[in-house]
Amino acid sequence: MGTYILQIFNGISVSSILMLAALGLAITFGLMKVINMAHGEFIMIGAYVTYLVQNLFIHLDKSLFGLYFVLAIPASFVVAAFIGFVLEGTVIRHLYNRPLDSILATWGVSLVLQQLARSIFGAPNVDVKSPGWLEGGLVLHQGLQLPYKRLFIIALVITCILGMFVLLYKSKTGRRIRAVMQNREMAESMGINTRRVDAYTFAIGSGLAGIAGCALTLLGSIGSTLGTNYIVDTFMVVVLGGVGKLIGTVAGGLFIGTANTTLEFYTNTSLAKVLVFLLIITFLQWRPKGLFNISSRSLDE
Amino acid sequence: MESILQIDNLTVSFDGFKAVNNVNTGIKKGEIRFFIGPNGAGKTTLLDAICGRVKPQSGQVKFLDREVTRYAEHEIVNVGIGRKFQVPSVFTNMTVYENMELAVVKDRSLYSSLFQRLKKEQIERIEDILVTIGLYEKRYNTPTALSHGEKQWLEIGMLLAQEPKLMLLDEPVAGMGRAETDKTGELLKKIAQTCTIVVVEHDMEFVRDYASKVTVLHEGAILDEGSVYDVQNNQKVIDVYLGRGGERDA
Amino acid sequence: MILCSMFDARSLENSKEKLVFSVIILGLVLAPLFLSDFRINLLGKFIAYAILAIGLDLIWGFTGILSLGHGVFFGLGAYCMAMYLKLEAANGKLPDFMSWSGLEGLPWFWKPFSNSIFALVMAILVPSILAFFIGFLTFKNRIRGVYFSILSQALAIIFVTLFIGQQAYTGGTNGLTNYKSILGSALSNGSTKLVLYYISIGILVLVYVFCSVLVKRRLGRILVAIRDGENRVRFSGYNPTTYKIFVYCLSAGIAGLAGAIFVPQVGIISPAEMGIVPSIEMIIWVAIGGRGTLIGAVIGAILVNALKSGISESFPDVWSYFIGLAFIFIVLFMPNGIVGLAKKITRKVSKQALHTNH
Repeated sequence: MGTYILQIFNGISVSSILMLAALGLAITFGLMKVINMAHGEFIMIGAYVTYLVQNLFIHLDKSLFGLYFVLAIPASFVVAAFIGFVLEGTVIRHLYNRPLDSILATWGVSLVLQQLARSIFGAPNVDVKSPGWLEGGLVLHQGLQLPYKRLFIIALVITCILGMFVLLYKSKTGRRIRAVMQNREMAESMGINTRRVDAYTFAIGSGLAGIAGCALTLLGSIGSTLGTNYIVDTFMVVVLGGVGKLIGTVAGGLFIGTANTTLEFYTNTSLAKVLVFLLIITFLQWRPKGLFNISSRSLDE
Repeated sequence: MESILQIDNLTVSFDGFKAVNNVNTGIKKGEIRFFIGPNGAGKTTLLDAICGRVKPQSGQVKFLDREVTRYAEHEIVNVGIGRKFQVPSVFTNMTVYENMELAVVKDRSLYSSLFQRLKKEQIERIEDILVTIGLYEKRYNTPTALSHGEKQWLEIGMLLAQEPKLMLLDEPVAGMGRAETDKTGELLKKIAQTCTIVVVEHDMEFVRDYASKVTVLHEGAILDEGSVYDVQNNQKVIDVYLGRGGERDA
Repeated sequence: MILCSMFDARSLENSKEKLVFSVIILGLVLAPLFLSDFRINLLGKFIAYAILAIGLDLIWGFTGILSLGHGVFFGLGAYCMAMYLKLEAANGKLPDFMSWSGLEGLPWFWKPFSNSIFALVMAILVPSILAFFIGFLTFKNRIRGVYFSILSQALAIIFVTLFIGQQAYTGGTNGLTNYKSILGSALSNGSTKLVLYYISIGILVLVYVFCSVLVKRRLGRILVAIRDGENRVRFSGYNPTTYKIFVYCLSAGIAGLAGAIFVPQVGIISPAEMGIVPSIEMIIWVAIGGRGTLIGAVIGAILVNALKSGISESFPDVWSYFIGLAFIFIVLFMPNGIVGLAKKITRKVSKQALHTNH
């Protein structure tokens, strides 16, 4: 039983990262009808920023090293958000309402970013040393220890999602974002600068993926293909959760993460993947538009 | 005479909002029925429910004594109900002729699309209709080269080619000038000789000229039903719709 | 008069397509006179890709369904053929990788693959059947657009993990390789290779002609109509689901056939060939060539792969940048690919010619 609890716990911590990554994806899709295949590369960017911040701190006094991670979180957000902002302005904005084309163009972006990472950091994976205060774990009872790293990740994700919730539902900016999401023309005619809303939202979504990447450095080494390993699962979260509502992403992430680990526990990795896919397809028979979806009355989307 | 279309206790709701609320009406064969009412009265939703675009919460739609409420869209088309949308929707990457070709075919199965050519009378029919709607000269153009009014006619032409028994038209004269509107009206009259027509329209002049019966909808329910004259003199109708100058905007 | 010339323009474009295709085929047929065996072998591989691209274009270019999992169908077809080749190489014994994995006897589903005809039929049938189920479960529920694309991409990752995981039955990461002969002729033999090469060309011609006829029928117009307005198609009385499932199965079958042609010439099939990356790269072949025209798919597949082997032989890093930027550039600036560009240019030239005449 203990191992199972640990498995589920690990599942939840992984799915929380998925949630964080999927959040940005779901929002940008809801907003601009653009699927960003390069979203995974923002995870990678966040991870490499964390790696850089760590390298910076190695040269500083040893007593300060533990603090690097605290700095790395906002740094990875800012850098990923900035690159997202630039990408939106150069490529993404030409792809509004062309979801299928956006898949292809952003796939190209992802290839370029991956190769850039290889050119800058080299092909082999690099390791990020976790700060000392995240070593060890919370001992529940004998043989069952919840690692601090994963607890920290879960706490981080909860903080981010709460932050997103406040931003989307309690702030003026959030009202604008939701207004554009629901009816772009109407929002435009009411004087909302939709171009700006799009750019900021895309940047925020990319930044969140950056944080997800930062969190991932706690779980393993990082390389240029880090994003690709997560992107499909992230997309499945969006498909399952539906578009445009925070709660859908949370539910979708939680479901896929726990289902994956539970099935892995009872069968094996490859079979678990198949079963989760079948579960999702079955689920979509019942609700083709995902768990939560803003119902639209437009003729042809 | 028997109703060709019978709507009983029809209710359509979106997330609890009742866009169509317990509507009962019957449409007789050969009628030109108009649905009018202010924006948001549920006119388009009612058409949507008849042609299967939305599934009603409760109630039923009977067409020629056949319950079609749960039919899929294409099945409803194939029993003889045609629909024209408010925004002209034709296939822009095909010629006018090819658009008509897709509509005129009676057997719409995969097998037929692969192996059967158009029959001679079908080709003649396409040409007849193209002449009627005035697009014969432009039959090898793509619809992108057509004016707004011409696109509307092409869509009506495609509907005609389907030879429906009941035609649902959503604001067929929206965005047309007076001359085009009159031409469309005459076309409707001609069509009505063989086909029953339901029209959603805001243009009251158009309604006056061509309606045989009018149904006024308000907040999803039927406010009044009768001849144009009766409806126009109903105080309730004047209050919620006509009095607000509803016929001009929208 | 203008009408007549408009109508002519279309049939003229058709005959131009035919001409270009004939030139390509002629080039391929004569290629062994000029190129080394190594290059011909590569060209044979590209032809397999071109066949696949035709099927992909049918579903994406014509019908507007973006499948990001076509590598799976290609792979399944290839594996079916590879099973036959593997059994022939094992010559009645257990294939090498199976005994390494500790299998005692041949699994039941491997047995019939010792028959070459069965293997070839299965190479087309298995992908089609899989496509039928996936298509039925998605299209019927109106799961479409990006949702379908994402699910099809998941399909790719699932098959890769499945094939890697079931090592004893599939050869795992290494896939199936080390074939010796096909129908008794040694694969290392130059003449066998040449025959295979010419068979590939023959199948390319067959598939191309078959699909050209198909899209010239009313079916072709309905597919385009589904791409441009699926709901409108419904309200014209057609059931798009039937058509979508049909074209998806057909496309999967063609991909499987391409896989079956690929394997004996390349000598290996592994899960890497079915993954996300090759699956999406197939799309760019069609995009670069020109979606919605069968000739575009053929040109794109051959051209991109020729470039790929040319560039990545000497500068592997450059290739990633190149293909990445190609994705972006094509989508943003050349949505109709090379064929679209060529059409535009000829139209302009003929217009100018008209002007100078007056």
